[in-house]
Amino acid sequence: MSAPPAPVRGNQCPDPDFRARPAGAESSTPMGHGSMLRKEDARFLRGRGRFVDDIQLPGMLHAAVLRSPYAHARIVSVDTSAAESHPLVRAVITGEMLADRGLAWMPTLSHDVQAVLATDKVRYQGQEVAFVVAENRYAARDALALIDVEYEPLTPVVDAQQALAPDAPLVRDEIDGRTDNHIFDWEAGDAAATDAVFAAAAHVSACDLLYPRVHPAPLETCGIVASSDAVSGKLTVYATAQAPHAHRAMYASIAGIPEQKIQIIAPDIGGGFGNKVGMYPAYLCAVVASVITGAPVKWTEDRSENLMTTSFARDYHMRGEIAATADGTILGLRVRVLADHGAFNGTAQPSKFPAGFFHTFTGSYDIPAAHCRVTGVYTNKAPGGVAYACSFRITEASYLVERMVDVLAHDLGLDPAAVRMGNLLRPEQFPYVCATGWEYDSGDYARALELALEMAGYDELRREQVAQRQAYEETGRGTVMGVGISFFTEAVGAGPRKMMDVFGFGMADGADLRVHPSGSAVLAVSCMSQGQGHETTFAQLVAEELGISPDDVEVVQGDTDRTPFGLGTYGSRSTPVSGAATVVVARKVRERARIVAAAMLEVAPADLEWTKGRFDVRGVPGVGVTIGEIARAAHSDLELPEGVEGHLDASCVYNPPNLTFPFGAYICVVDVDPGTGQVKVRRFVAVDDCGVRINPMIVEGQIHGGLADGIGMALMELIAFDGDGNHLGASFMDYLLPTAVECPSWELGTTVTPSPHHPIGAKGVGESATVGSPAAVVNAVLDAIGVRHADMPLTPAQVWRAVQGRPMRTDLAVSDGW
Amino acid sequence: MVVNGREHTREIEPRLLLVHLLRDELGLTGTHWGCDTSNCGACVVWMDDVPVKSCTVLAAMASGRRVRTVEGLEGPFGLDQVQRSFALCHGLQCGFCTPAMLLTSRWLLDHNPDPSEGEIRSALSGITCRCTGYENIVRAVRHAARSEAGS
Repeated sequence: MSAPPAPVRGNQCPDPDFRARPAGAESSTPMGHGSMLRKEDARFLRGRGRFVDDIQLPGMLHAAVLRSPYAHARIVSVDTSAAESHPLVRAVITGEMLADRGLAWMPTLSHDVQAVLATDKVRYQGQEVAFVVAENRYAARDALALIDVEYEPLTPVVDAQQALAPDAPLVRDEIDGRTDNHIFDWEAGDAAATDAVFAAAAHVSACDLLYPRVHPAPLETCGIVASSDAVSGKLTVYATAQAPHAHRAMYASIAGIPEQKIQIIAPDIGGGFGNKVGMYPAYLCAVVASVITGAPVKWTEDRSENLMTTSFARDYHMRGEIAATADGTILGLRVRVLADHGAFNGTAQPSKFPAGFFHTFTGSYDIPAAHCRVTGVYTNKAPGGVAYACSFRITEASYLVERMVDVLAHDLGLDPAAVRMGNLLRPEQFPYVCATGWEYDSGDYARALELALEMAGYDELRREQVAQRQAYEETGRGTVMGVGISFFTEAVGAGPRKMMDVFGFGMADGADLRVHPSGSAVLAVSCMSQGQGHETTFAQLVAEELGISPDDVEVVQGDTDRTPFGLGTYGSRSTPVSGAATVVVARKVRERARIVAAAMLEVAPADLEWTKGRFDVRGVPGVGVTIGEIARAAHSDLELPEGVEGHLDASCVYNPPNLTFPFGAYICVVDVDPGTGQVKVRRFVAVDDCGVRINPMIVEGQIHGGLADGIGMALMELIAFDGDGNHLGASFMDYLLPTAVECPSWELGTTVTPSPHHPIGAKGVGESATVGSPAAVVNAVLDAIGVRHADMPLTPAQVWRAVQGRPMRTDLAVSDGW
Repeated sequence: MVVNGREHTREIEPRLLLVHLLRDELGLTGTHWGCDTSNCGACVVWMDDVPVKSCTVLAAMASGRRVRTVEGLEGPFGLDQVQRSFALCHGLQCGFCTPAMLLTSRWLLDHNPDPSEGEIRSALSGITCRCTGYENIVRAVRHAARSEAGS
């Protein structure tokens, strides 16, 4: 086998067509930050990645899950005898069997419980009822058909807006004393002060907005291989886990297995987007099955199971109100939200915030008064949520404010770019504390919006729009164009321990760095790449701090036996938290190297000065030692000062002082055929500021992916339900994702406003584009057809109906006579 | 059947899917299983030089045929140009769709050595990528085309 292609550093791509980048974005350094090619590519390009379903263990059995066909039904009986007599079946697990072991229910990440296998009734279509283990995956599927379950169908709660009606069926009747489907009320901001601002305001615009239920749908579905060793008592779990340490803690807590006997290994992950943060019932079943059978058990979800049962995202029914002066100065923002959490409240988010970070909904504007109230309800739909690259509900918050600003501009007859420019936070206001209490770290918002407007040629686009609209009205043929703007502020890098925990664990991350005698290094981190390129970026962080080649830094992740504790990768937290931990630990190692160097050179540590890769004696040219020489000496017989340990390694735990606040200005240009409702995204300009960029090539790739997500959510992705609670998006034939044809060539711009509290000024970027882009697309389509509001997804049918003045509610398959 | 130039003989269940034969029986796990409905394209392989979605091809239908998977893309002189170009242009992130993208790109360039951006997007439209927004994949294919034209 030949060697992989040589790394190319400093250039994002040798392709001459590769767009020139703005100055400052191409910070190439030979050993550290810059656009180096990815280390992980060598295996993926050869088909040598190792995903969970690729794992084969000796004697491994295969599992399949029997799922409920009903959204709401009482279980009368479950007869597994025929399945058990299938010659290749090794075990059939039911809720009753789990109940005997105290495992029929498991805690969720939101202080609720969730059925592992249903015992009393099923509460959503696709809910887990039985778990079959067989000698191959086809036999396991065959045996599902041999299980006889008698159901007594119940009326389901499908419409979230009816969940609190007095006559609504009770979803969670197993909870003592429960009489309704209400989960929580939560609010942020000053209600009285906000109401006073609204009462006095010259203008108030209101609008009902639905952010429908969507799904992260990573290309690799969820899966597990559980292997329990009866002799050692060790449980080894290979799983699609964005947060391996959190998974270990949950297995220990639920199954009572000692934590030191559990090893979670997350091998390569084929995309996560939040889908692989939580634990799913089948994971626990696989562990139980491995204990029962004494063999490794693999379960790989199929696509329908993925779309129907694992963490959905959004499902926020919002009423926004915005108060302003007649010239468009925003005075206040008020929001009421009905949050559909499904049958079990299993959202994965910092536990003090039941609505996640939705209270960032004042966005990027200087809004003196703001208040939101969120009410969570149970329905007969899949549980989970706060998935799909949303930064804990900031996607919903950003969509709300960006749609409301456009509604305001529409109602006042103002240009949406001008309204935004007039209300954006100004650089001198940072650090800025918003009306709901967040402290934004840094930003230069106007600069980003100006760059986006200039790149898009905004004024020229508006002139073209007028001409095209006129031509359409004269001929009744052709398309109309629209320009949509969105300015988002993200809050990522959760988070400060005193404010944020998940499942009782504070959100600080560890990092261990060990420098070998040769000067090469191994870094172990708790975060887990799902495609973000941590093996490259984190090696670059160490390389930058120690002055060694990134090729000499091995990054270990995704193995709880080999990495320090930390809460994993989601909420764009890898760079802001684990990345910061990496920089801090590398600087610790550097300071230890200083002491060793001082002993080598027989000078005081303070007399040494660091230039990348070496310590030199200050004022004595040519007298110094390299980090490699220091590493060798640290492991040698060199006499070190009293109290100084040998070797060259360190560990640290990084507790972020605050979140970081990336931001960006997006402009989308669409062409819409009012006759068919067809939308073509012509251009998409995205200016992102995520602070200092470690590897600009990888950062841009993250943005590209998020922009495609935005097109998907705005135009096609949807999980709707019919009146019986049937899931209407259970395959990729029904749940539509953007392909290369629906996506334009993204036009990116960069500004860099470092975070003042991150060790290198980086902010995180993974979800920025997913958060910011949907509003730009929706604003563009509605701008094209001249409609004040219509809910996502803006499918041809929805656009056509909006043109006719009757946009539909998209979350339910209901007939309103059309 | 012949996979990547090597002959394999197996007795199989008539219903066994080609993707499962390749992955579970032959250990060629570079071909991925993503959706069961021919939509996502993660399972693309070549059968007699034509890209097919192996999640909807019965293994029995591949009997006597030539199958090429991503593991057969690298030649005796190193990586195929599309593999090199995907690395150079950052045309992959999680790597799950990558084998299918590479095989489809290779087929496209074999039949159209100088494809336009629109032709590339159209050729790849049967494969879903959730990470890259397709931008750098399209650039990678054009880069590969230009590199092969120049060599």
